[in-house]
Amino acid sequence: MRRLWLAMGLFLLGAGAARADAPADLVKRGEYLTRAADCASCHTGPDGREFVGGYKFTLPFGTLYAPNITPDKQTGIGDYTDEEFVAALQRGVGHGGKHLYPVMPYTAYTLMGRDDVLAIKAYLFSLQPVQAVPPPNAMRFPFDQRWLMVFWNLLNNPDHRFQPDTTRPADWNRGAYLVEALGHCQQCHTPRNFMQALNTGQPFAGAVAQDWVAYNLTSDKESGIGAWSDQDLATFLSTGHAQGHGSASGPMAEAVDHSLRYLNPDDIHAMVVYLRGIPAIHDAPPPSQPPVADALGARVFQDACASCHRPDGAGRETPYAALAGSHSTRDPHGGNLLQVVLHGGRIATGGATAFMPSFSGAYTDEELTAVANWTIGHFGSQSGQVTRQDVAKVRPSNAAPSAQRAAPGS
Amino acid sequence: MLTLTINGTPRQVDVPDDMPLLWVLRDVLDMTGTKFGCGIAQCGACTVHMNGEAVRSCVLPASAAVGQQITTIEAMAQHPVGHKVQQAWLDVEVVQCGYCQSGQIMSATALLAATPKPTDADIDAAMAGNICRCGTYVRIRDAIKQVAQS
Amino acid sequence: MAHTALSRRAILRIGLAAGGGLLAGMHLPGFARAADAAPLAPNSFIRIATDGTITLIMPDVEVGQGIYTSATMLIAEELEVGLDQVRLEAAPPDDGRTTDLLKSYTSPVLKQQATGGSASIRGDWQRLRQAGAQVRMMLIAAAAQRWQVDPAACHAARAVVSGPDGRRAGYGELAEAAAAQPVPATIPLKSVDQFKLIGTSPRRLDTPSKVDGSCVYGIDVKVPDMKVGTVAACPVTGGTLRSLDDSAARKLPGVRDVVRIDNAVAVIGDHFWAAKQGLAALQIEWDLGPYARMATADLVKALDIASQRDSDVIAKQEGDAEAAIAKAARKVSAAYEIPFLSHAPMEPINTTIHVRADGADLWVGTQVPARAQKTITDATGLPPEKVQVHNHLMGGAFGRRLDVDSIQQAVLIAKQVSYPVKLIWTREEDIQHDLYRPYYFDRLSAGLDDKGTVVGWTHKVSGSSVTARWVPIGMQQDGKLDPDAVEGAAETPYDLPAMRVGYTRVEPPGVVTAWWRGVGPNHNVFMVESFIDELAAAANQDPVAFRRNLLGKNPRARAVLDLAAAKSGWGETLPQGVGRGISLQFAFGTYMAHVLEAEVTRRGEVRIRRCTVALDCGTAIMPDGVVAQVQGGLIFGLGTALYNEITWQDGRVQQSNFNDYRAMRIDEAPRIDVYRIANDQAPGGIGETGTVAAAPALVNAIYAATGKRLRRLPVGSQLVSA
Repeated sequence: MRRLWLAMGLFLLGAGAARADAPADLVKRGEYLTRAADCASCHTGPDGREFVGGYKFTLPFGTLYAPNITPDKQTGIGDYTDEEFVAALQRGVGHGGKHLYPVMPYTAYTLMGRDDVLAIKAYLFSLQPVQAVPPPNAMRFPFDQRWLMVFWNLLNNPDHRFQPDTTRPADWNRGAYLVEALGHCQQCHTPRNFMQALNTGQPFAGAVAQDWVAYNLTSDKESGIGAWSDQDLATFLSTGHAQGHGSASGPMAEAVDHSLRYLNPDDIHAMVVYLRGIPAIHDAPPPSQPPVADALGARVFQDACASCHRPDGAGRETPYAALAGSHSTRDPHGGNLLQVVLHGGRIATGGATAFMPSFSGAYTDEELTAVANWTIGHFGSQSGQVTRQDVAKVRPSNAAPSAQRAAPGS
Repeated sequence: MLTLTINGTPRQVDVPDDMPLLWVLRDVLDMTGTKFGCGIAQCGACTVHMNGEAVRSCVLPASAAVGQQITTIEAMAQHPVGHKVQQAWLDVEVVQCGYCQSGQIMSATALLAATPKPTDADIDAAMAGNICRCGTYVRIRDAIKQVAQS
Repeated sequence: MAHTALSRRAILRIGLAAGGGLLAGMHLPGFARAADAAPLAPNSFIRIATDGTITLIMPDVEVGQGIYTSATMLIAEELEVGLDQVRLEAAPPDDGRTTDLLKSYTSPVLKQQATGGSASIRGDWQRLRQAGAQVRMMLIAAAAQRWQVDPAACHAARAVVSGPDGRRAGYGELAEAAAAQPVPATIPLKSVDQFKLIGTSPRRLDTPSKVDGSCVYGIDVKVPDMKVGTVAACPVTGGTLRSLDDSAARKLPGVRDVVRIDNAVAVIGDHFWAAKQGLAALQIEWDLGPYARMATADLVKALDIASQRDSDVIAKQEGDAEAAIAKAARKVSAAYEIPFLSHAPMEPINTTIHVRADGADLWVGTQVPARAQKTITDATGLPPEKVQVHNHLMGGAFGRRLDVDSIQQAVLIAKQVSYPVKLIWTREEDIQHDLYRPYYFDRLSAGLDDKGTVVGWTHKVSGSSVTARWVPIGMQQDGKLDPDAVEGAAETPYDLPAMRVGYTRVEPPGVVTAWWRGVGPNHNVFMVESFIDELAAAANQDPVAFRRNLLGKNPRARAVLDLAAAKSGWGETLPQGVGRGISLQFAFGTYMAHVLEAEVTRRGEVRIRRCTVALDCGTAIMPDGVVAQVQGGLIFGLGTALYNEITWQDGRVQQSNFNDYRAMRIDEAPRIDVYRIANDQAPGGIGETGTVAAAPALVNAIYAATGKRLRRLPVGSQLVSA
């Protein structure tokens, strides 16, 4: 690991010369970078096979599916030349000049150096080719016109490599590279503007991505992570959980599962150093409203939730079930809470897979609203503002028909 | 190799870290009194005690049980509260198919050990995680109250 | 109390040590039956060995209903033995060829070897007492012959025959001589006033092992060299396995084999966890088959359409109901729907099986041992005598274990391996590959005269026929009428002047339907009692009074109705948002009325506050068991009515586990008071009755509380205002 660090350091100092890595080393380095760049989170299929594509993105402009990035020549990226692969990651231009949609985070990957990009390619090309075609994209006009991305890119993709800040220590620079380029953390944690490009004035201020809330990562003590200890932050990044801060869920759980848990402690430390330096942005506090005293919420919690989470929210069978102090229970609107209650959650880390089943199938909107607000009030010490409409919005569309059909007869 | 302390006895088991305690008990140690019902901590049939507290062994990784005191239904006859609970279960004739009752007894024992005189609300909170498809709840409540009054 | 209980347990323990075990058939390995050498076994239910071991063979299976205790009581009453003096064994398979009821394990009610339909006590009431009396008479005859006295001067108690002058002989020492006695031609039975056991509530025989974890259910079986597997069947019924990549699974520690059959894959390992991890690592491609697009909405639409035309077959016709309705002062019509349901017993489906060239062993909990055996003989070509079925106590069944689909799957898997394998379905597999209670779509119409009296009644039933699949010989009227589908509709407790009840069989493509607790009456009592309630409302009459007026010819039904009304405080004022609902039924030979008190909150949440049941089941063998069955059956039925339905999308069942197929929990369970009218009539069935009574009283109470009539189950979110 130390050797890798040094190799990266060399790169950061601008060494663009030809690599001396033996192919096996190159593949190994590529594997680490592929993990750090979290390619698998998006390119894993619904059946759990990594890199075969098929992951669905629901965007304001339509639906996209992640492509197959195994080296299959017909359906994957087996035909990509080095130049094409570099162009894809740095400029968002794919094989045959096809413009990629920026859901592929090339606006972050553009910061990666050519050597790192090609190491990733070497790794991906070392994998077993898999024939797999994801469902066709369904973008609405004019967003189905890929060539229009030329203009979007002119405005939003500066196409430049990471430049280390020589006034900062090496770990800060390393962290910056991991957070900004590979980890592409801003893609979720920074709000987007009307063009769905990142709002550069609000870096890491928190946003909603793929229906999940990506929390404020700035150093603000109330809204952000300023009050977290370095150790908590490092533990959360590498395991998806930190005592008193709850557990990662949704896309963040996927990021831990597919990427962050593979990073070495030095890199995690570097990320913490960098995140610490992000200027604080304070969110307006939620309007204060009296909490709803709710027996229904308490009952649903004791029926369906307390077995794992414990009546006191401390978690029982796994620390991942700890609710107290988690971001999700402190959000009065329960954004991620509803996601995980209605869709379930799963996080795999070194030891075991922690999971939560979905409760959408058998509990009414009324019950889930009540349990969400009760949980927020009880464990987040906030006044829950979740409404039935919020639950209905998050509810999977294929809910059981009794909720949908009018009664017959009469 | 993990060392688990089960009913006071250290047991060496060669199992994956993430193997749920339930299957270690049932399939490795042949202690089948603890039951498989759902595998997702929704039914409580697999309830055991970890340091006296009721936990669902179907989602408790074996590695998380290392260094903890694990107690199962097989040891309830020797448990100061557990044997009273078992007796009350027989006196009140709680049991029908019986498959959930190991878990019910484990949950009730943990409740009564911590709260000897539980209220109805205490009983609800402690027992709501244990499903009985035969519907013996009315008698479970009676049996818990019988122990509390003894 | 505690003292006697402990001593009974101690005795049972001693019996276990000495006699090879109470529930000997339940204990493994179970190949040899210790008492096979018993000289005295004139019928199928009793064996007495020379050492005094008394073995009773249980014709019915124990799924929690308490039959092992009440069947034992029937025998012991006449055999004159204590419940602590017997050991129990599960009956072996019986193909039903013997018509002598004392030599057969087939149900006299169901006409085959099956436990279900609340038929056990009704079928055993005569034959098990006769079996006990027969053996007792032979033992007494043997003693009388030995002592050279008149048999009438001898009597039996606690397995000892006593004669004049204090002479005594135990059953064991008399066994050989008794076997040589002629089998009595007529068997007089005790009169009611002579009963010592029947009508009492002794400690159940199966419960001590169920509170200390020692009871061995099918899922707990362990045989030498056994491995454990788990199964993934094609998620769509009728689909098949197209391709399988098991390379990753085979590399996992503890995984031993991956076995494929046409429509499923099993991973077998050292323990369940290895198998489950292996299953998750498989890359399976299914050919989903013809039902890959199937959705519940289409099934319901087909039922709806079928229910609108005239029924295919008429089950009951009295008078001209349609003309009477046409002329009536007031006409009321309604359509009701009840959903597909899963059984979800607490013990998930499991089968332990060892198939060898020269024989096979099956360790399972089944309601149909003979069918289980035939499944193995059909799949292996082995003769029945080479296929041992070791039946076990069951962690619930509710009708699920009347089917042998999982045994069929297991034998096809087990044929491919050399060792015994225990196949356990995950809960998800259990719910998604259940066989389901049919969806019924019924339409009812009635006419009322100007006084609110019913003048005509029609009921059209539409739905799948379980009978046609499971016991086709039971179909009537050229195979068109399923008597189960109209049970509780063709015969109601009420005096209806003109009625017409029809049935249209509509099979849902891609769904296999099955028996479910409460069977026919569970479906039709909901329809009839909902509709009767609607008629009472239309007639502007009190629901109890309205029913009472239709019960002039049915005093036993009227008596339970009156008792339930009185005990529930019917008519007393309730707070806003709280209502009482009533239902009445005559099913499985038992009369039952149920008053349910429910609160509906402003947000549509239903809280059941109290249930009051009055019943007349004739003779109650074990009164406390009757109460327990009603309590449990109600809770089973109420949870189902509130929450449960099985639905399909793209051919796949959408529910999977208790997170989305909810069971009622203790904090939702109401107070339940059960009142029994005691009499000496023949016993009725009880196991299904509570479940049948649950839903109709619930929807009627919701109507009373809210004015909202629910015509479809489950209640679900129907009461949540939009």
